[in-house]
Amino acid sequence: MYHPSEAIKTKEKTASFISIFWSFFKIGAFTFGGGWAMIPLIKRELVERREWLEDSEFVDLLAIAQSGPGPIAVNTATVTGYKIRGKSGALAAVFGAAMPSFLVILAFASVLVRYKNSPAIDAIFRGMRPAILGLLVAAVWQVGKNSVKERSDLWYVAAGAFLLFVLRQGPVTAVFVSGLLGIVSGYRARRSTRTREQGGTLGETGVSEAPDPGESPKAAHEGSLAEDRDLK
Amino acid sequence: MLLRLFFTFAKIGAFSFGGGYAMIPLISHEVVNSNGWLTMSEFIDVVALSQATPGPIAINSATYIGYKVAGFWGSVAATSGVVAPSFTIMLILGFLFYKYRDVALVKDIFRGIRPVVVVLIVAAALSVVPSTLTGLVPGVIAAVSAALILGLRKDPVMVLLAAGALGLILYL
Repeated sequence: MYHPSEAIKTKEKTASFISIFWSFFKIGAFTFGGGWAMIPLIKRELVERREWLEDSEFVDLLAIAQSGPGPIAVNTATVTGYKIRGKSGALAAVFGAAMPSFLVILAFASVLVRYKNSPAIDAIFRGMRPAILGLLVAAVWQVGKNSVKERSDLWYVAAGAFLLFVLRQGPVTAVFVSGLLGIVSGYRARRSTRTREQGGTLGETGVSEAPDPGESPKAAHEGSLAEDRDLK
Repeated sequence: MLLRLFFTFAKIGAFSFGGGYAMIPLISHEVVNSNGWLTMSEFIDVVALSQATPGPIAINSATYIGYKVAGFWGSVAATSGVVAPSFTIMLILGFLFYKYRDVALVKDIFRGIRPVVVVLIVAAALSVVPSTLTGLVPGVIAAVSAALILGLRKDPVMVLLAAGALGLILYL
């Protein structure tokens, strides 16, 4: 049975159930304003402090979290917990992430109902709301650094922006379509390298109809990699 | 009743994509129209409370409504219901990802998705701009928060706490 914690090379010691629970409890307690705002918190706690997660794979986990139903915070907690310690890690992470909101709402629903409209809470949140926007801006940078590396990545960014802002499609459609684009351009890249290799051997017999690998900006990963190298 | 809470919220968890505010119409349909657990104005109160408390709106409303309908165990049933579909689906996707991440096709897929995740976060940030950037002070708080996290590598938790304290000083 495959167990993802075997893949952890950043830390030799396996993370304990309690430490995963506690880390996600802290993250959950400060996740305001939707799941994306938890990115800087996760990066700080799981990537930098605990070293349970690598920067680059964090983006993949976010992509997976986005493609399932339900709250993003729950999805992100489950899939990162799974990466850290398998099924029990996922359980610890979900419990930890959901517990603060569960306890706080329970407290409000049972005893704190009259404080619901307290001016102090309002004031705290008027101060905190812009900071949450700051967290989101930080998240854009932290994720962008790891996922927009080559010039050809900008085509996906453009396609995603077009789907979301012009066609007004939902995030799931955007993830699905960009995955398809990834398949298509990967297929074309492999096919063009294969034809190029064939073109090399066939060239001796006089046939040289290898397609230009640079015919489309999205056509070849190899092509754009070479391009990037040339730029440096 | 506990089962009904569990399955109603499991339905919400299973059929709402995109998280956050995208879930509100589905929750209000189930909770206000189909089951009559809350009135519309109560539901709006729950959404407002969700914004002032940590965690996803879906979990907040599940906990609140579960408690109101059937006490503590009601809130446990509703909250586990809303989490269960996400949890199951994420376990399966996580398993598949780690099993097949080195397959060329999967690499291609993620190569396409990765840059788009950035766009999704940009969209999330833009969606809170109108209600957040209402003047100079919020703009400064937002910019300073981002700079503290990215530039000075401050703990985001500390940044949030400091901003909350600043809110108390400025607005109370």
